[in-house]
Amino acid sequence: MALDKPYKDVPGTTIFDADQSRKGYHLNQFCMSLMKADNRARFKADERAYLDEWLMTEDQKQAVLARDLNRCIALGGNIYFLAKIGATDGKSFQQMAGSMTGMSEEQYRDMMIKGGRSVEGNRYIGEDGDAQAHHQPQGGKKD
Amino acid sequence: MAKITASVYTSHVPAIGAAIDTGKTTDPYWVPLFKGYEPSRSWMEASKPDVIFLVYNDHATAFSLEMIPTFAIGCAAEFKPADEGYGPRPVPTVIGHPELASHIAQSVIQDDFDLTIVNKMDVDHGLTVPLNLLCGSPDAWPCPVIPFAVNVVQYPVPSGRRCYNLGKAIRKAIESYDEALKVQIWGTGGMSHQLQGPRAGLINREWDNAWLDTLIADPEAAAAVPHIDYVREAGSEGIELVMWLIARGAMDDVAGGPAPKLAHRFYHVPASNTGVGHLILENQ
Repeated sequence: MALDKPYKDVPGTTIFDADQSRKGYHLNQFCMSLMKADNRARFKADERAYLDEWLMTEDQKQAVLARDLNRCIALGGNIYFLAKIGATDGKSFQQMAGSMTGMSEEQYRDMMIKGGRSVEGNRYIGEDGDAQAHHQPQGGKKD
Repeated sequence: MAKITASVYTSHVPAIGAAIDTGKTTDPYWVPLFKGYEPSRSWMEASKPDVIFLVYNDHATAFSLEMIPTFAIGCAAEFKPADEGYGPRPVPTVIGHPELASHIAQSVIQDDFDLTIVNKMDVDHGLTVPLNLLCGSPDAWPCPVIPFAVNVVQYPVPSGRRCYNLGKAIRKAIESYDEALKVQIWGTGGMSHQLQGPRAGLINREWDNAWLDTLIADPEAAAAVPHIDYVREAGSEGIELVMWLIARGAMDDVAGGPAPKLAHRFYHVPASNTGVGHLILENQ
């Protein structure tokens, strides 16, 4: 019998469950390695060479090189791990989160100051809120 | 005997730590947030505990995907601030309370909660930001702290019900400790926020405040909220709120005592990506 996964119908959202974790194991462990200053320096010196030390898929490596966090998440990344890449780049969590929304950094910051993204229309896939795929330039959720 | 005197609940947004560490607490963006914690700092001065039992989550810091304990109790003598990728926060080393922590582990495991015992662990912003919010930036934290890490990173995280019942077991453990210690239990994380995907930036002020009302007055009902409600209404990272239920479950009223006194309540949007909530409940 299939397990109940009610979170699959939330728009613009990928829940980091055991399936995603298995897919993203090496990607996320690469991210963990960036918690050491020496590794951050080696990664920054030659990103491609550093990534090639890890058993990641080519898609995962390309997503990291492009800093495409939505793609990283689709490929099994988790935001708390991916945040180590942002930290290495000197980005704040807000800059990282904003980069996944199709908004500019300024637009995202303004949205937060005005009280954040509304839940209205964003509870279920198929509603008409701003996080729905048809309102997202990048097409929303990618699996 | 040891006694739980109060419970404290607060969000633990990393940007708050960064604002403290870079001297930005008087910037207009941050003033309302820190003002909301001024009464808490005074309260903490006046109600200083002997030990803080601090429930938080590790954000892929001490625990990678190599090991993912659902509940981990820190039994070490000290815990260093972690390098989360920006270098370690310039905050004091956290001094533990190995004797009380080991006592709690022994009692709670025998009450059927399978804790992971951790004797070496760095602690991240999830633990140090709440300490800053309540204690400021002293040279040393005012008392020993027992870190209690809950997995809320990889789904499924423990249910609200299980966290609430664990709080009851922790209360029983603390109150059976021979030394007359005043213990506070803190639940941290939340409130509404989503840090990932096109839905990032979600905040639900109405839901957060209704949840605070429920947590204070009817914790059984708060404990019954299923995971999916947090995800849908409070964002994928809003699930951290289950940790508040551990602290709430440890209060006297849950074990048949009088209702707690609400000493302080605060809510503010935004701190970076997050709706910040904060409560102080005192046992009577």
